[in-house]
Amino acid sequence: MAMLTEPPAESFRLSMLINDTRYRSYTFQFIALMLLIVFMAYLGMNLVRNLAEQGQDISFRFLGEPAGYDINQTLIHYTNQSTHMRASIVGVLNTLLVAVLGCITATVLGVVAGVLRLSPNWLVRKLMAGYVEAFRNVPVLIWILIIFSIMTAAMPSPRAFRGAGSEASMLFDAVAFTNRGVYLPRPIWEAGSLVVGLTFVASVIGALAYRRYATKLLYDTGRLLPMGWPSLLILVVPTVAIFFILGRPIGLEYPELGGFNFNGGIQIRGSLIALWLALAVYTGAFIAENVRAGIQAVSGGQTEAAASLGLRPRRIMSLIVLPQALRIVIPPVISQYLNLTKNSSLAIAVGYMDVTGTLGGITLNQTGRAIETVLMLMLFYLIISLAISAVMNIYNNAMKLEER
Amino acid sequence: MKKSVFFAAMTAAGFAAGAAAAGTLDDVKARGTLNCGVTTGLVGFAAPDANGEWQGFDVAVCRAVAAAVLSDPTAVEFVPTTGKTRFTALASGEIDMLARNTTWTFTRDVDLKFEFTGINYYDGQGFMIPKALGVSSAKELDGATVCIQTGTTTELNLADFFRKNNMDYDPVPIETNAEAQQQYLAGACDVYTTDRSGLAATRASFETPSDHAILPETISKEPLGPLVRHGDNEWGDVVRWTLNALVAAEELGITSANIEELAKGTNRPEVNRMLGTEGTLGEMLGLDADWAKRAIMAGGNYGEIFAKNIGESTPIGLDRGLNAQWTDGGLLYAPPFR
Repeated sequence: MAMLTEPPAESFRLSMLINDTRYRSYTFQFIALMLLIVFMAYLGMNLVRNLAEQGQDISFRFLGEPAGYDINQTLIHYTNQSTHMRASIVGVLNTLLVAVLGCITATVLGVVAGVLRLSPNWLVRKLMAGYVEAFRNVPVLIWILIIFSIMTAAMPSPRAFRGAGSEASMLFDAVAFTNRGVYLPRPIWEAGSLVVGLTFVASVIGALAYRRYATKLLYDTGRLLPMGWPSLLILVVPTVAIFFILGRPIGLEYPELGGFNFNGGIQIRGSLIALWLALAVYTGAFIAENVRAGIQAVSGGQTEAAASLGLRPRRIMSLIVLPQALRIVIPPVISQYLNLTKNSSLAIAVGYMDVTGTLGGITLNQTGRAIETVLMLMLFYLIISLAISAVMNIYNNAMKLEER
Repeated sequence: MKKSVFFAAMTAAGFAAGAAAAGTLDDVKARGTLNCGVTTGLVGFAAPDANGEWQGFDVAVCRAVAAAVLSDPTAVEFVPTTGKTRFTALASGEIDMLARNTTWTFTRDVDLKFEFTGINYYDGQGFMIPKALGVSSAKELDGATVCIQTGTTTELNLADFFRKNNMDYDPVPIETNAEAQQQYLAGACDVYTTDRSGLAATRASFETPSDHAILPETISKEPLGPLVRHGDNEWGDVVRWTLNALVAAEELGITSANIEELAKGTNRPEVNRMLGTEGTLGEMLGLDADWAKRAIMAGGNYGEIFAKNIGESTPIGLDRGLNAQWTDGGLLYAPPFR
């Protein structure tokens, strides 16, 4: 008799949007979204209307016109008759160059400093703590300027290298440190250098294969083959042998003082060095803290267990602790990479021509197209940041603990 | 209900922003101060002195305009701008006029929608180099490292000059004059290039100015002048004729010393028209009859301003050259006041 019937399906009433907790949150989210869209549309319309009032429009035609200015560091061919678009690409490549160099150096510095901060040696520990605190707590722009001023003020200018009894001389007659940058010898590829190159690639593969074999042998039989010096031997000996057998096909072009500057060789500009070093040591300090946090997150029992198995401290670190710590470290390091890349836009402070300097600096000025160029800059940094995140997330997923 | 008020407020704000673009003269009068864009600091042209008062050749133009419009040469809010920020500051209405040794070019006038109201200094781009390098001509600069202020016409002139002469160079872009000076003195660049007047002003602030030479070549025409936004012709006229009044005053022999006397009335009609004792020129501009008198009294006529800030008796030591009156073989030529 007492049959349970389902409660009658409540018909939807408009007031439920406010009064019913099931719908209320959707209502408010919808209102917030609408307000946001309206606000953005208002800003956009305001921009278009004000531009129209000033008789200006949004147009990207300037990208196809000749830029007319010169850039001091170009990774691709560029003259002042190239287009603004090409100038922007030169800037993009310069940004990517300093970002890649900076990320690699920062990672090396950060991992070393992070591990050493936990060293049992008091002096080393405190030194690394000093490094981290000093570099983390001073703005990166200041570091860029400090390193750049030290370079310009403390290094000799190319003039000082002139004459027999000159004040400055080149290191090994090959490397010149000047206040305009460092000049290195440039390799000259002659006939036969391809063979040397191929030999080197083959030895790299050989060294990797040897290490793989040694690891497999270790896991299978427990026999430990030496890793360090044999791989070095495999890397160096065949290449050097082929190099001399073929009669030294790779020559060096040394920088030489001529006119106002050193000619020949490779110039690494002072602005690149300052920016690169400053970004690397600054971000390295943050990465060091991430690494320390990661290591400390690995339970101490792991270290003790490894020690009781007879592993030496270095092996404990490289085989037990670091592989686990790196998993924890990767996500925060991704954001440090993003920070470094975005901080590289401070390049103009030392006259490094990154994309902010070319597209967002000179092009903006010479064409007066502020909105267009800034939009392009935003888009570029957005794409770069998302790309770094994407790549690092793939790596992170490959590294993370597989749960069964 | 609330929402509609919000939208109404936003719409009103939108219209207000639109309306602000017109009627700069009324805005300045209502505000009681003139917002004038100047450099971040170039001795002789615009730089704060020991008391924090802005002084200089470009500053004097701002003060003359403020005196003409607001009867007070000190009612100026100076807004320091860099080569990069100046045009945005003017276009957005942050400043009413820009007096920042800015070169009058076609694109700035036509494409960027500005109105140049005259030329207060005829300049040209030059090179400064340490005498120790033993260079006597810009044609010998092949391979040199050149410091250059980024965001200026000099950047393009430099590229053109070296291309024309088939020479190579290494540009070092620098944001401000002060940084350029530091880089140049440290030897990070061999040469510093900018307008010759700027070079002279920079050199004057060195410890040993005589160790540095300005090369004889002038590689470009740089007519420098004040500018306003395009489309506000009344305001443009005020700035243009204030500048013309300063130039004409020198030609007519009106100085800050004798202006009180001349303003009582003379038998020279043009002087009378300018100083407001005859005719209604001031009224036509939307100002009162004494506007030009106040403008000239603010810092003297063009010649006095030149002599006081950048002339031969100052450390900057520029001669009048092209900037002499047309009667003395220069290019200064104010249209008639009638």
